[in-house]
Amino acid sequence: MGAPLDVLKHEMVPDHQIMSEEEVADLLAAYHISLEQLPKIYHDDPAVKVTGGDVGNVVRITRDSRTAGRAEAYRLIVKRPKK
Amino acid sequence: MTSPKRVGRIEFGLFSPKEIRKMSVRKIIWADTYDDDGFPYPQGLMDLNLGVIDPGLRCKTCDQKAADCPGHFGHIELAKPVIHVGYTRLIRKLLRVTCRSCSRLLMTAEEVEKVVGPEDSELAGEIVSEKDIKKERVCPHCGEQQLKINFEKPTTFSEVFVEDGKKIEHKLTPADIRARLERIPDEDLRVMGVNPDVARPEWTILTVLPVPPVTMRPSIILENGQRSEDDLTHKLVDIIRINQRFKENQDAGAPQLIIEDLWELLQYHVTTYLDNEVAGCPPARHRSGRPLKTLSQRLKGKEGRFRGSLSGKRVNFSARTVISPDPNLSIGEVGIPLAIANEMTLPIRVTQFNLDEMKQYVLNGPERPTIRSPCGANYAIRPDNRRMRLSEANLETVAEMIEPGWTVERQLKGGDIVLFNRQPSLHRMSIMAHRVVVMDGKTFRLNPAVCPPYNADFDGDEMNLHIPQTEEARAEAEILVSVQANILSPRTGGPIIGGIHDHISGIFLLTHTVRHFSKKEALYLTQHLPLEHLPEPDTQDEAGNPLWTNKQIFSLILPDDLNMLFRASSCQNCETCKREVCENDAFVRISNGNLITGTIDKKGIGAFDGQILHRIIRQHGMKRAARFIDDVTKLSIRGIMLKGFSFGIDDEDLTKTEYGQIDEVLNGAVSDVERRIKIFNEGQLEPMPGRTLEETLEMQIMQVLGKARDRTGEIAGRHLGMDNSAVVMAVSGARGSMLNLTQMAGCLGQQSVRGERIMRGYEDRTLPHFRRNDLGAEAHGFITNSYKSGLSPTEFFFHAIGGREGLVDTAVRTSQSGYLQRRMINALQDLKVAYDGTVRTTGGRIIQFRYGEDGTDPGRSSYGAPVDVKGIVESVLKEEVK
Repeated sequence: MGAPLDVLKHEMVPDHQIMSEEEVADLLAAYHISLEQLPKIYHDDPAVKVTGGDVGNVVRITRDSRTAGRAEAYRLIVKRPKK
Repeated sequence: MTSPKRVGRIEFGLFSPKEIRKMSVRKIIWADTYDDDGFPYPQGLMDLNLGVIDPGLRCKTCDQKAADCPGHFGHIELAKPVIHVGYTRLIRKLLRVTCRSCSRLLMTAEEVEKVVGPEDSELAGEIVSEKDIKKERVCPHCGEQQLKINFEKPTTFSEVFVEDGKKIEHKLTPADIRARLERIPDEDLRVMGVNPDVARPEWTILTVLPVPPVTMRPSIILENGQRSEDDLTHKLVDIIRINQRFKENQDAGAPQLIIEDLWELLQYHVTTYLDNEVAGCPPARHRSGRPLKTLSQRLKGKEGRFRGSLSGKRVNFSARTVISPDPNLSIGEVGIPLAIANEMTLPIRVTQFNLDEMKQYVLNGPERPTIRSPCGANYAIRPDNRRMRLSEANLETVAEMIEPGWTVERQLKGGDIVLFNRQPSLHRMSIMAHRVVVMDGKTFRLNPAVCPPYNADFDGDEMNLHIPQTEEARAEAEILVSVQANILSPRTGGPIIGGIHDHISGIFLLTHTVRHFSKKEALYLTQHLPLEHLPEPDTQDEAGNPLWTNKQIFSLILPDDLNMLFRASSCQNCETCKREVCENDAFVRISNGNLITGTIDKKGIGAFDGQILHRIIRQHGMKRAARFIDDVTKLSIRGIMLKGFSFGIDDEDLTKTEYGQIDEVLNGAVSDVERRIKIFNEGQLEPMPGRTLEETLEMQIMQVLGKARDRTGEIAGRHLGMDNSAVVMAVSGARGSMLNLTQMAGCLGQQSVRGERIMRGYEDRTLPHFRRNDLGAEAHGFITNSYKSGLSPTEFFFHAIGGREGLVDTAVRTSQSGYLQRRMINALQDLKVAYDGTVRTTGGRIIQFRYGEDGTDPGRSSYGAPVDVKGIVESVLKEEVK
């Protein structure tokens, strides 16, 4: 079977990092929002699975941006609802 | 006001017969509506308990007058149950997945669990579908052999069983179906995604029919005093009549055949009452032959309740008429016919400061005779909100009464701000705010430079006008929506308003190469510009009269400190640029607001890539840019009128030499094609990598013919010089291209369908004029003639084929992009950029953490970049930067 694919090493996959609780608190304060108002990402997203995030964690996604050079986005991990 | 409440959830369900009877105020049994005295029959369809529509009468249920009574439902007891057409799919599904004897789901508990998933703490989301049931099986609960259920549109269900090798269909009556649906246990329904608390499946079979209140089906009284009933009432009359006859026959013990016929008829009437456009069911018609508009027709489609009445609204204070051009208007103005200006009003609050002015408006009255007369007023509103129509009779009395606290509805006058719009409103520039100029005539007038954002032309286009009615709306229109705020398109960050067509031709003719103008000519060109002095003349003629260069004249409208370098549209992209000494005069250099060299054309002032325009916007702001566009339109129109500009059929004429050369080229190409076909037929053709022999030949032929067409273009172009108007238009970028000119003067070239030569038609040939399997140029749509010389019949036909493809493509594209637009608007309409730069929904949920990731408003950017670094450096160094 060979080595399993590491999705994070794929050039199209941006950097995913789990944020610490303090970081999340700062983030929410900076934008004056509640956790629920953050964009979401599913717990079974390949990149989330590799980074080891749990439901309720927030991931920081740092990607290359055509307009800004580098852009950060934050997403709350949620459970994928059943169809 | 009641306190606002949040909608927690919405539940959709079915009415049970019990609920229908409970909400009903009256059982309806008579098909008649009104008696001879015009009074509603009790227990008739217009029963007074169902609400009142005639003024003066009171509702027997709520005792309110016609205006206040919302109406009340009644009901009809159906003689036998009938199917509700809207639920036939659900009924079919339920019949197919449940047992015909015990009505249980045709799955064992284990099978269900496999699909639904284990009974987790969370509610099992998955539901079973028809696919999960095996066909022709035995019920796992009672062992009954299942039969196939056939469904025939619109409402017929039957069971199929095989007897003596023959298929026999046995029709199920609605009563049979209802009995089966009734027996389905609640647990099985939940697994199938039906909530039995609000929607028991047997409720899809009607046993009692609600009668809507008269308020939603009012009868109208015609001019001759006759009553005309609503379509719904007509349909209800039919239902009651058949229902009554059915009951009588049933009670009299009529034969089964008659009962079945009546049952079917009742089913038909109830079906068309609910939906008169069901497949497989002839629509019920009015006596005049018009199909009736029944319940579902009221809701469905573009004119239906949702899209027509709830999402779409009509507005007041709006006008619509044909548009026509007027280059003497500023781009920020719009010409309004006097008739419209007289009709449309603006409310002005009377204060002690404007009291005299308002009195004068009232005294002027509603009739303004000429565009130069002062504007009047159409209404005056008293402090108690009573509206008084002004007419010749009451002008003076009202003018006397007016005092602070009143509101005067004044007519439109020059300088008022209005919103101007052309459909389809695809982007924000489709609605812009203009200043009013009252004009004679009956059309809206606009500067042709604002046509691109509206995508307007003057072949009969109509546009809409809206008058903002409040101070806030006017301020918003001025600041956000005005034309000058929209010169830069948020799509590209470049100008979208600018010179078009004749503006470009005109400015090109004016600025091309260096020419000199006498004082008379210079004044003619500049007469509409806001200038006070002509500059120092460049030279003198022999008689000592002053002469100005054309570049000087153009420089008059440039800002004084403009420094630019760019290449015009007429630039040939030579390998080494000769810059200032370019023979096409295509190298534009502007220093300190003076055009030194170069020709101004599409690249300079055009609507989509006007570089001068862009630079002025960046360095001098929107207001200066708007003035520049105004000046350019005026100057260029004078420039084009100085000599005149026209194009006729003889402008396509070439000389004998050129025609000979063109024939030579085309004959050569055609014989070259024949030679290649011969090589192919002899099997000598070398295929290109990855292509078959046929494909290789096709590509070669296309290439040879394409080259031949271009060669004819070159030959024609050599003869047609800058003195030809079409060449001027093509080179300056005003309209058309050299290809268009080639097709007019040289040869039309290869016609294509989907990028290939025309291959379709008869067996092995395109038309019966050719031999089978002829691969030659003419047989597959190569047109050697030009538009000027005229097409042969076969050529004409091929041209029509190629042209049709273009038409079909546009039709498909517009419908697809229209639907995409609708979906995009629905998805994005409530998003906004918050003050902290985030993009949020109305619920405060974040979509983007920074708008566009860099927070740049593209409508204020320089082609997407927040700062136009190149432009700044260039204007300081006055040299090109790479």
